[in-house]
Amino acid sequence: MYSPTSGPMMSQNKRPIALATRGLTKSFERPAVDALDLTVYGGEFYALVGPNGAGKTTTLRMVVGLLRADAGSITIDGIDALANPVAAKQVTAWLSDEPMIYDRLTPFEYLEFVGGLWGIDSSIAEARARELLGWLGLKPHAHERCGGFSRGMKQKVALAGALVHDPRLIILDEPLSGIDAGTARQVKNVLRERVAAGGTVIMTTHILEVAERMADRIGILAHGRLIAEGTLDELHRRTGKAASLEDTFLTLVAEPVAVA
Amino acid sequence: MTVGHRRSMRNVAIALIIFGGFIHLVSYSMVGRYAGARIGPDTATLVVVTGFILLSWSLLLSQAMETVTRVFYSPSDLDLILTSPLSPRKIFSVRIGRIAVEVALLAMLMAAPFIDVLAVLGGARWLVAYGVVAAMGAVATALAVALTVALFRTIGARRARLIAQIVAAVVGAAFVIGLQIAAIFSYGSLSLAPLQSAWLIAHVPNIGSPVWWPARAMLGDGTALLVVAAISIGLLGAAILIFAGRFGDHVVAAAGVSRTVVRHRRWPKTFRRRSASRVLRQKEWTLLARDPWLMSQTLMQILYLLPAALFLWRIFQSRIDAYVLVVPMVVMAAGHLGGGLAWLSISGEDAPDLIATAPISARRIVWAKIAAVMGVIAFIFAPMVALLAFASVRPGLVAGVGVLVAAASATLIQLYLRTQAGRSQFRHRHVSSRLATYAEASSSIAWAMAAALAAAGIWLVLFPAIIAISILCGVRLIGQPVIQAYSAH
Repeated sequence: MYSPTSGPMMSQNKRPIALATRGLTKSFERPAVDALDLTVYGGEFYALVGPNGAGKTTTLRMVVGLLRADAGSITIDGIDALANPVAAKQVTAWLSDEPMIYDRLTPFEYLEFVGGLWGIDSSIAEARARELLGWLGLKPHAHERCGGFSRGMKQKVALAGALVHDPRLIILDEPLSGIDAGTARQVKNVLRERVAAGGTVIMTTHILEVAERMADRIGILAHGRLIAEGTLDELHRRTGKAASLEDTFLTLVAEPVAVA
Repeated sequence: MTVGHRRSMRNVAIALIIFGGFIHLVSYSMVGRYAGARIGPDTATLVVVTGFILLSWSLLLSQAMETVTRVFYSPSDLDLILTSPLSPRKIFSVRIGRIAVEVALLAMLMAAPFIDVLAVLGGARWLVAYGVVAAMGAVATALAVALTVALFRTIGARRARLIAQIVAAVVGAAFVIGLQIAAIFSYGSLSLAPLQSAWLIAHVPNIGSPVWWPARAMLGDGTALLVVAAISIGLLGAAILIFAGRFGDHVVAAAGVSRTVVRHRRWPKTFRRRSASRVLRQKEWTLLARDPWLMSQTLMQILYLLPAALFLWRIFQSRIDAYVLVVPMVVMAAGHLGGGLAWLSISGEDAPDLIATAPISARRIVWAKIAAVMGVIAFIFAPMVALLAFASVRPGLVAGVGVLVAAASATLIQLYLRTQAGRSQFRHRHVSSRLATYAEASSSIAWAMAAALAAAGIWLVLFPAIIAISILCGVRLIGQPVIQAYSAH
């Protein structure tokens, strides 16, 4: 279980560090993640973007414990995730691009299940669940089986499941893919609310406009390395492109690979 | 084609030839003596042949009902069908016809070893049996479509699926089980002897009755074959004519069945206080209870235990000590069911990322899944084991231990040889992991043999037990570490 005595790491500028990877490496037939040093501060919305095959999903799957790293360290909220994975998972939530829920459970039952897995007090979990179902427009369907839901509704149920245990770090892999604009707006609003409440969100996305509008900082990954990182202004200044993140992104990705 | 691919194809061909030879040997032992039966047969021969036809047809009907239900409730190309310029009636007419062809082809494939043996021993006239088998497939399909639509119209889309799948399971088992029950009550042994009883032969229709036409057709009567074929085609045609037009409407209605409202009557709408291990177990049991197809498969496993239970009751009544027949059946059924449940819990996990990222140790997750499987096994087999123990303590104990060990072995095999699928792939689990299927079957058979020998008090029990344990050790060597399934770190 998470120990409240292990506080978050602090950066040199005294900002709490929600996630820190050092030398994180993973290879399949070729290097997918190459000695990645990534720092995400507490309370920020961090967007991780990059071309296909850049290593974004591989990086995040190692962080949440779905993939074993070949080398490197992962620290989540001051907890060594490799040495103490259960404690690290207690404060982390993961949402993949494909909503993984149970077709034969209702949203209400699914949230009860997730709350039980995370060991949340049943009354607290239930109150959060009802609140989340309301925010996400799922209240009328709370007692319908998920099998009949659209993809967007399933993604909302999965998002509610990721939030019901009040995680400190929320990691999402392409959460807006394949869902309609209305559902995407609801998801973004909920994520913004989480960041405003002090949580940290790390999100990968191919939709650069979302990263542009929502992210406090953006990291650009290519060939398994972080080639650029910073606020939108900082990235624009680096390339001299002030028009859009898309221009900046394409310029940076086209450059020879360099450590940020 | 690479060298390795050619080699594997050759190995597959050799394995198929060996398997085919084995099946033909088994068929010879079962039907070889009937090869000389002629068209002008006695009533006893007609009864036996008709019995085999009915037995096979009941299995075909079960298969046809399951296929029709699947077409109703899982139409992956529904949008394409309904938006195409072709009339839905034509499309579904072809679809019903295709089901009939699939069922008939499957039946002919299963009957081929028997017909081949009869043709070799008794002459080419036996080849007309393929025509009879195809006719049986057509009739089974017609009846399956009619039954499924009738269920749909009387009890609605939501319940029809469950009932149709249960009916399919029961029909498939009913004839076989009924015959076994008759054998148990009349002869005290498990065989097909009731088909040859004097009482039955004295009370069946006379030799010229139309009831015997399928049997006559099977024995080479050309006129009977034409009549049987005409009736079967007529029935299939009538089913297509009557039901194909509205088939599309029913399929559309069935597509909305999954959006089911759960009515909380007795249960409060509040979260319950439970440990992580308990919520994991409860989730597995809830998903199982809400899966109609799984329930029907489980029901079939229980139904096939019915003859064993009645045999046991007969033993208790007559004090005949013959547990060697009952105990291994129970143990093997437990192994088979345990393997299926374990697959669902492990390889069929629909939210593997959620489970793997939950703050619960991999060890606890594994134990919770094992407990979920063993809990269902205990629930289903406890009454049978209790009955056995009440009749005689030692066989009851042996059966109890055997059930647990066989089910646990099957679960471990699934843990070591797990794949990543989804619950919806359960029907194809035997294809997705053939090694696990063979290991599971071999393990269940070995434990069943060990249980039979233990119940009989024979010391040779060690040998099948060693074989079963060796299978587990082998699987452990080549399989994946269990804990890594739920934690990369």
